[in-house]
Amino acid sequence: MIHFLTQVGRYFIFLRKVFAKPEKHSIYYRQTMRELVYLGLYSAGIIAIIAFFMGAVITLQTAYNTQNPIYPKYLIGLGCRDSIILEFSSTVAALILAGKVGSNISSEIGTMRVTEQIDALEIMGVNSASYLILPKIIATLLFNPILTLIGIIVGIFGGWLAGTISGVITSENFIYGIQYAFIPYYIVYSLIKTLFFAFIITSISAFQGYYVDGGSLEVGRASTKAVVYSSVLILLFNVILTQLLLS
Amino acid sequence: MITVKNLSKSFNGKKVLDDISVTFEPGKTNLIIGMSGSGKTVLLKSIVGLHEIDSGEIWFEDTLFSELDFNDRKEIRTEIGMLFQGSALFDSMTVEQNVRFPLDMFTNKTPKEKNERVNFCLNRVNIVKVNKLFPAELSGGMKKRVAIARAIALNPKYLFCDEPNSGLDPITAILIDALIKELTEEYSMTTIVNTHDMNSVMEIGEKIIFISDGVKCWEGNKDEILHSDCSTLNDFVFANSLAKKLKAAK
Repeated sequence: MIHFLTQVGRYFIFLRKVFAKPEKHSIYYRQTMRELVYLGLYSAGIIAIIAFFMGAVITLQTAYNTQNPIYPKYLIGLGCRDSIILEFSSTVAALILAGKVGSNISSEIGTMRVTEQIDALEIMGVNSASYLILPKIIATLLFNPILTLIGIIVGIFGGWLAGTISGVITSENFIYGIQYAFIPYYIVYSLIKTLFFAFIITSISAFQGYYVDGGSLEVGRASTKAVVYSSVLILLFNVILTQLLLS
Repeated sequence: MITVKNLSKSFNGKKVLDDISVTFEPGKTNLIIGMSGSGKTVLLKSIVGLHEIDSGEIWFEDTLFSELDFNDRKEIRTEIGMLFQGSALFDSMTVEQNVRFPLDMFTNKTPKEKNERVNFCLNRVNIVKVNKLFPAELSGGMKKRVAIARAIALNPKYLFCDEPNSGLDPITAILIDALIKELTEEYSMTTIVNTHDMNSVMEIGEKIIFISDGVKCWEGNKDEILHSDCSTLNDFVFANSLAKKLKAAK
């Protein structure tokens, strides 16, 4: 318990260091642009692929589980839309990003720690936590909502394609379904969750990497911890945010 | 000048440095020597503030560095250059970007001025035509040179070198030692070199302190080191068979 509280305290001290005033805004701006590409743009492909297949599977499973004629066919489109918007585009995508982006951040910063690159920054008088991590946090906060929107669009498209090609639903029914009883707030809810999850993934992973002590073995362990802790916190905050935002 | 007074440092209750006092003089190459695990690196990192000390004082000229917080230390840190054991070049940056980094961060020079300074520093350490290469594409000796170029980019008053010739062949090691000595004299820097290489000691040791088990056992220069009465120092200096034979022949 004491170890847990120590780590929590350390995490908040770390965050204070991360959010300290930047040394030179132009350098931070350049770093943020770089991170937007590495952490954001380079994740768009995997999110699109997974969203496409998730949308397809949701449509097919909904179709096979609602074969009773009393259920209107357009419910398949509605089910696909709501599953994608409410859970896949934010939570499942965040879990995927915790694996991809989180382990990347943790191992990058951890390697910089064990090879004394972070010490080199500190010696120069650079706030290493802020210089290395703040641009990553800003980049993910800016880009992850875009990834969420990509996930929603591609996921629903995947559902439509799978549904129409397999013949379980007509294109008209699916399109009617995705328009039926649409609540725009669900998109806002999804984007709010995405922002929380983006912050969790980046800050927890960076924290694990920043305090690595040892060698390559510890970097690997930190990377694993980053993914595990981020995932658990994403699931926990998913419950809390859902209760707060949808109740 | 850097003055260390009664410095002590422990890790998890184990004392690593015990009551160390020493003055490092400007314009000289000051060496900290000792066996592996004796506390040399901890002392060096404590002086530059990478380790918080348990007790004692660290003075940079008239400033009590050890009492300053991170922000107040920044001014002095821009006057510090450090060469790390593994070079610590930034992997994601090219050679040129590595040397330019402190200039980007702490100066308002124009891009042209920065380029000139980068090329000057790289030329000064005899590195040419590698500006666009990444650290992974360089040899160990080249990495050390680039790290020195980065360390001197801001014209530092203090240069710290942690095992500058570890992992290098004897000839490259001598060249790196010579470069450190030349730069120290050229810029009148206070240079502190951490080493266990006796060749370095005999080449560049203008002032030497010997540390054993976290305690300063001896202080002198490269001429005095061969005639010391300190038995632990003699065991260290005359550790190899060639040195033992030379001592016996004397």
